[in-house]
Amino acid sequence: MTATAEPEVGKARLRKEDARLITGQTKWTDNLQLTGMLHMAVLRSPVAHARIRSIDCSRATAMPGVAIVLTGEDLAAEQGSLPCAWPITEDMLAPAAPALAVDQVNFAGEAVALVIADNAYRAADALAAIDVDYDELPVVLDLEEALQDNDLVHPDLGTNKSATWIFDSAEAGSGTNVEDEIASAEVVLERTFRQQRLIPSFMEPRSVVVDPSADMFTIWSATQIPHILRWMLAAVSGIAEHRIRVIAPDVGGGFGGKLQVTPEELLCLLVARRMGRPVKWTESRTESMLSGHHGRDQIQKITLSARRDGMVTGLKVELLADMGAYLRLVTPGIPILGAFMFNAIYKFAAYRFVCTNVFTNKVPTDAYRGAGRPEATFAIERMMDELAVELGRDPMELRQQNWIKHDEFPFSTVAGLTYDSGNYEAATDRAMELFDYSALREEQARRRSSRDPVQVGIGISTYTEMCGLAPSRVLGALRYAAGGWESASIRMLPTGKVEVITGTSPHGQGHETVWSQIVADRLGVPFEDVEVLHGDTASSHRGMDSYGSRSLAVGGTALVHAADKVLAKARRLAAHMMECDEADVEFATGSFSVRGTSTVRSLGDVVLAAHVAHDLPEGMEPGLDADATFDPDNFSFPHGTHLCATEVDTQTGMVRIRSYVAVDDVGTVVNPLIVDGQVHGGLAQGIAQALYEEAIHDETGTLTTATFADYLVPSAADLPAFMTARTATPATSNPLGVKGVGEAGTIASTPAVVNSVLDAVRHLGVRDIEMPLSPERVWTALRGGAAEASTPAAGGLGSIDSQGGQS
Amino acid sequence: MHISVNVDGVTYADEVEPRLLLVHYLRERLGKTGTVIGCDTGNCGACTVHLDGHSVKSCQMFAVQANGHEVTTIEGLARDGKLHPVQEAFRSNHALQCGFCTPGMIMQAIDLLADESDPDDETVRKGLEGNLCRCTGYQNIVRAVQDAAQRMKPGAGPKIEQHSDEHVGSRQPVGGE
Amino acid sequence: MIPAEFRYLCPSTVDEAVRMLVEEGEDAKVIAGGQSLVPVLRMRLAAPTALIDIGGLTELTGVRDDGDSLLIGAMTTHYEVQRDHLIHDHALLLKLVTDTVADPQVRHRGTFGGSLCHADPAGDLLAPALALDAVMIIAGPGGRREVPASEFFVGYFETALAPDEILIDVRVPKYTGWGAHYEKLNRVAQAWSIVAVAAAVQISGGTIAAARVGLTNVGSGPVRAVDVESALVGQPVSAISDAALLASSGDGYKDNLARVLTDRALTAAVAG
Repeated sequence: MTATAEPEVGKARLRKEDARLITGQTKWTDNLQLTGMLHMAVLRSPVAHARIRSIDCSRATAMPGVAIVLTGEDLAAEQGSLPCAWPITEDMLAPAAPALAVDQVNFAGEAVALVIADNAYRAADALAAIDVDYDELPVVLDLEEALQDNDLVHPDLGTNKSATWIFDSAEAGSGTNVEDEIASAEVVLERTFRQQRLIPSFMEPRSVVVDPSADMFTIWSATQIPHILRWMLAAVSGIAEHRIRVIAPDVGGGFGGKLQVTPEELLCLLVARRMGRPVKWTESRTESMLSGHHGRDQIQKITLSARRDGMVTGLKVELLADMGAYLRLVTPGIPILGAFMFNAIYKFAAYRFVCTNVFTNKVPTDAYRGAGRPEATFAIERMMDELAVELGRDPMELRQQNWIKHDEFPFSTVAGLTYDSGNYEAATDRAMELFDYSALREEQARRRSSRDPVQVGIGISTYTEMCGLAPSRVLGALRYAAGGWESASIRMLPTGKVEVITGTSPHGQGHETVWSQIVADRLGVPFEDVEVLHGDTASSHRGMDSYGSRSLAVGGTALVHAADKVLAKARRLAAHMMECDEADVEFATGSFSVRGTSTVRSLGDVVLAAHVAHDLPEGMEPGLDADATFDPDNFSFPHGTHLCATEVDTQTGMVRIRSYVAVDDVGTVVNPLIVDGQVHGGLAQGIAQALYEEAIHDETGTLTTATFADYLVPSAADLPAFMTARTATPATSNPLGVKGVGEAGTIASTPAVVNSVLDAVRHLGVRDIEMPLSPERVWTALRGGAAEASTPAAGGLGSIDSQGGQS
Repeated sequence: MHISVNVDGVTYADEVEPRLLLVHYLRERLGKTGTVIGCDTGNCGACTVHLDGHSVKSCQMFAVQANGHEVTTIEGLARDGKLHPVQEAFRSNHALQCGFCTPGMIMQAIDLLADESDPDDETVRKGLEGNLCRCTGYQNIVRAVQDAAQRMKPGAGPKIEQHSDEHVGSRQPVGGE
Repeated sequence: MIPAEFRYLCPSTVDEAVRMLVEEGEDAKVIAGGQSLVPVLRMRLAAPTALIDIGGLTELTGVRDDGDSLLIGAMTTHYEVQRDHLIHDHALLLKLVTDTVADPQVRHRGTFGGSLCHADPAGDLLAPALALDAVMIIAGPGGRREVPASEFFVGYFETALAPDEILIDVRVPKYTGWGAHYEKLNRVAQAWSIVAVAAAVQISGGTIAAARVGLTNVGSGPVRAVDVESALVGQPVSAISDAALLASSGDGYKDNLARVLTDRALTAAVAG
């Protein structure tokens, strides 16, 4: 074993994962082919709300290759109800959520029947031969209308309101009463923003394979959460947990979209049990968009009170959050995750947050990158700009006046959190320097005075977020059903190689690389000598998986603790081997030595001695393996300053991003390449919310954006090059000083872009434009028209006539 | 229908249903699972392979249409254990995260570099407009393609997949026999 | 997404292909490059009983010089159109428009004739075909016939092609020396255009001798801005902006785009 020369933490290591990914050797779930495997295809409801009068499967059952056709009635006795792990209030209303609809469908795309056949082509053929007779019910789509309870999504609940969740700083003792602040304020601004519905759009469609052989159900799934999935599937199906093994092999992106216990995962399991043969289901992209959960979809009514001098005194947030038709795994909690972030980096005296969760006949919503925090950040960063306009102030200077200064940390916020560290001034200074703020302002003035058809705008977003989900006691207090700890194990192999087992479940983040760097540093072993195992409940039996920018801050810390346990035991054994007092043993770059002597034992020597166990100290167990579980005391709080310059073509409404600067403070950086990559990808998704993406249901509840031809995920040609930089104030809540970076770009960028566009056209009379800022919406706003104008993508496969000609 | 297709240098003879998509033929019949399926409409480009040296979306054609033609997939790029310069560049520039779009992205990048040996930022972005990535924001992909262009300059590496206009003019039309 | 079953036929001549179409009846379909048809089949928006693949008909590929005009084989791929010297020299507008069709992979397989026959009102090639007075040469059981573009595009995804006919060639008059430009506005690169304008302009002695303007995606088919064209004849380049106002008289967003993009397309075409 050789010692590492320079620290691994901070090094731009190329990823270990890439070797298989760039050569096509990747193990995606859909690659699996098991002997005797059956294929499951799902018939989905074309209507959004209906009673199922009858389902005729006789033609489908008789088709070649079809093993069985199943309906909800066939599975009613065993399918239970899909889990919702976050009952946000004691009196929250939750409908039964069958994986396969039994007598009623509540959104278009809901599963109503299954074909199990010997190959996917025959299964698809048989789907077309199932006849379902629907008795249509009135559809509930609009959030505000849903609140009137005229038509009900779930008549048995008696209302479309699922729950109302309130935080009030006066009641919590973290601030004053917001109504008092509003009543006595010199300035009160009231705005309503709409967070459009988004589709996570991970690139790998979901896929599940269940092998029921030998008393053990082995489940491969394209999931972010193998551990939670195992637990929940056991709870729902009644199959003993120790008879279920879940494997998340290579998983092609998630962004929250694979943080789910899906109907299809449960159905594959039940079908495999029934048939006694392996079963595979792989979704098409359209299925994914019709049935995988969506994100966002809120109406935000924001009231902000301030003094004329620019100090904000109070913030009142009233949200309507669209649950869709069912409560999935953490659906009700998503808007609540934003509750602590509306006050952002600012020192507000009073804060009140009221969220009403509402059922509609639409695809269920749940986690999507940022989950609650992008919504909060958007609202407050838009409001800070609105206040700047109202007071005639520079928007950055106004923010500065209100934000927490670097010498005020730790800082207890009006939302009841304690921010451990941060330096908003430093990040902002760096961003302003890279952006050339004053030159852009000059150009803006020039274009305004010359009435240039292309106007320029500058958008600011000074954000923070809460990462490292999460202290288990906090989750408990929020009525979340699980904890927020993470687990790690280190196996010291006799040849000195190291196996790391983590409870995190990467799906693109590069944990194999980063975890190796951390362990290499800690143990002084070569980076190449560390192998990271994850995503298999048989090898990694304990974990809370990957989401909420938690993996490094929580899982990485567990890893540090496990490494420290290895070293503590190794030190004792090294002292024994070197016949010295443990207090005299020093450890550096992979070797133990006796202080002041030349006596040295490498960690490898000690590992081997522990393994053969020929001569161990009294009472010491053989081996140096160690486990650790870390439960954080606090969240971590990345922050940063993003600046966006846009050009708005006032003749067409087209928006082009001219330049984008992101300065993020994510604490200590383990691998700068990976951190930059996370920021880039996050920016793309946040910009896409601002400009391009929107899931649209028509008036009957049909999703009209169910292909990539209609749901506009931007390509390379649609995005600018980003300028990224960092400042670093280490987190104090974990020994690595890390904060998390998975969601920062997405959270920060949406308001930066929208603020920028509005800054470009506000002098032309535009007050607001609803997202996404399509050219038609921008143009309509410029004409003084309603901001609501919607621009479905022109053309679109939905409009293709089946009778087209030669093509 | 009987077809004969050369895939990654090996000729396969198979009986296939006419409706079998080329990508399913590659994945299910030949076990070439390096090529993946990301959508139904030809928008995402994850399934991109080369047909007679040109990039195509293998979910947008039938296996029978590849009869008598040559297909190259991501699995056929490395030569003698050495990665293709574009593969190397993707790794060196952290141009992938989850990696699902990567095979298609690499195959399209190779095609792009065959037409444009030293592309600027905009040319790369335009050349990749048929390939969606949800992880990287494309920044490092663009960088990787430009890096690969340097690696592939005459004398800088093996001359793979490059073709001239003459070659284009004389190439076999695709289709059945 | 998996297409329904079909029989697959590979004719080796145009006449054989026509014969197959006649025999198979209306439920048969011709597949050219398949870049629009395959997704339609995968989503089962159509389920033809037979596909007649004309990909093997080499006689339908390539561009030929035919005196005053070019003959573009229906199976010429977009990729080939983009790089063809005859098209570059005599029908530059077609090259510029084709540069924006879909993406590189699709351009490798998709064909000039296939796009015209698909007749998607948002399809890029319809407007320039109309504006350039292209003529469709069609083979059917009764022999060959010629249909001008103005009569070929009859509606939304609808052409004058009978079910037993095949488009084999497209005759495009030569526009040697004309400036050209395609101004396309789409939300993302892959999206269909909201509106696009194809323009070609002939300058002679400092004034506009002739102009051709076609609009994409403003109706159920391509639209030719004849008022704009005639208003420009004999005018100086400075007349473009006023003439462009004639591209549409309406008040809506697309009307506005028609005017703005016509102005830009003509201006860029002149600047060449």
